[in-house]
Amino acid sequence: MPITYTSQEQIEVYRFGLPVTIIVPLVAIFLQAFVPVRFPFFAIFDLPLLVVVFFAVARRRPIAGLLTGSIVGIVQDSLTGNPLGLFGIAKSVVGYGASSLGVKLDVENAGARFLVTMFFYVVHEILYFSVARGLVGLSMQWSWPHELRSALANAVIAVPLFALLDRFKKRT
Amino acid sequence: MENIITRYRNASFLVAVLFIQMLMLGVQVKRTDENRSTRLIRVWAVDTITPFEKLIVGIQHGIASLWHEYFYLRGVRQENRDLKQQIERMQLEEVRLKNDADQARRLQKLLGFKEQVISKVLAAQVIGSSGSERSRVIYIDKGTHDGIEKDMPVITAEGVAGKVLHVFNSTSEVLLIDDQTSGVGTILEQSRLQGVLKGTPGGEVILDKVMNGEQVQTGERVLTSGGDEIFPKGLLVGTVSQAIHGPESFLAISIKPAADLGRLEEVLVITKKERQEPEVADTNSRAVDILAERLPSVPDKKPDEKISGTKDQASANAATGASHAPIANATVPGAPKTFGVGGAVSGVSNSGTHKAAAAASADGAAKPAVDTNKQATPEAPKPETKTVANPEAPAAQPNPQTAPVPPPDQPQ
Repeated sequence: MPITYTSQEQIEVYRFGLPVTIIVPLVAIFLQAFVPVRFPFFAIFDLPLLVVVFFAVARRRPIAGLLTGSIVGIVQDSLTGNPLGLFGIAKSVVGYGASSLGVKLDVENAGARFLVTMFFYVVHEILYFSVARGLVGLSMQWSWPHELRSALANAVIAVPLFALLDRFKKRT
Repeated sequence: MENIITRYRNASFLVAVLFIQMLMLGVQVKRTDENRSTRLIRVWAVDTITPFEKLIVGIQHGIASLWHEYFYLRGVRQENRDLKQQIERMQLEEVRLKNDADQARRLQKLLGFKEQVISKVLAAQVIGSSGSERSRVIYIDKGTHDGIEKDMPVITAEGVAGKVLHVFNSTSEVLLIDDQTSGVGTILEQSRLQGVLKGTPGGEVILDKVMNGEQVQTGERVLTSGGDEIFPKGLLVGTVSQAIHGPESFLAISIKPAADLGRLEEVLVITKKERQEPEVADTNSRAVDILAERLPSVPDKKPDEKISGTKDQASANAATGASHAPIANATVPGAPKTFGVGGAVSGVSNSGTHKAAAAASADGAAKPAVDTNKQATPEAPKPETKTVANPEAPAAQPNPQTAPVPPPDQPQ
């Protein structure tokens, strides 16, 4: 079983340097905006979301995860034509949830990361969809097959990405 | 109360952050100009991300240019030949179309129409996108400094791409026509049915508001109608890929956009449109006249130079009843080839330094022909060697053997 319950004493909390905290999300947002121009299929990924999940799980501090999610989400919103707050709200909740989950569970191995990413991707999409339709009034179509495919693709890419980002971790 | 907040500190933070963002959303949705309330955040975000995009696109462009312009030149000669042939074909087509357009303008003027004319466009490079499947916008490397304004149309060589949504100092955000919040006033080319073109959440493009009872053919072209006051009338948007009866009283018409919206690299922004009455060209001008004006002229001859060409030849041409187009001159390097217009055969000479052509056209409208003998005389002040169809030729005289027949719409 890749996901194991851990007590507060067992868990390791990591921190990141300020440059990493700023640059990694910015690079993720940049790649997300730039690569689909040349490779349209890349829009299926959500690199900023993966970065939010990674930082939240590694730090294991809900408020830090919440703030990371909301800032990354609002910057991402700024690049779309839609009102600010759609990605912001969705990623705030994901950041908070992933941090809270990281406190309870050990999600350091590849299998756990795969499942956690899939789960939070679907949560993120449901939140985005609900806010966009409920609060903003955008007409959006929900397609489970599409969302599950996207969740799978993001989970697959999350495993090597998280392994790469592990290099920036510092033990507290 | 304080204890509760302290105890549920994390949850309180979550609620507070979500509340603030919902409030912000509410303000944006309520305000008609949502751009104003969040402009600062958008400017910061765009100014942070787009310089890197510009840098990479610039480097990429530089390397590609270096490769294509200096190293990879295989097949360029053949391509050059093909393109020259294509230009010749297009010149012919242009002449024919110009005639049609002139006629249309005359009719429009009679009806008092005013048309929008694209008078200025600006080329721009696509440097980024929203990165989200839910929002189909792109970023271009031109902004307010370059004269870009909100709602300016954005097109490609293939067709309409979108319109400018937000403008920043050196970049602009373009809403593509396949975004679900987009809307373009369009008209079907053949059936002349009007509808609103918009995107679907799935990224497809549909034509909305066409009633179920109408007949729409697959493959029919969709053009801008000009009714939205953003896109000038007559730009190609796409073609009908499917038309079926919709659930309500409207047809479900799927459109295949003419522009490849997923792979845009360079676009044109229409920065200036003018509303003007159509200019009417000379009502007497015909295809041969227009073509003659457009072809390069043969250099003036020295007075002592004899010009070949006979009256008999001109007469013979006229007698055949063929229309006559301008003229090639084999002695002039790079002289244009002789074109036939509308299936008419043009006179060609490889021996003389100029050509005389009679002006009997296929439709019966004739221009005064030129007495080539008179042209050839040294007394002629300036021998016209370009074309006999040019009405402004000083030496042009009616040829008695090819009696000019006035056009049908002119009094004899």
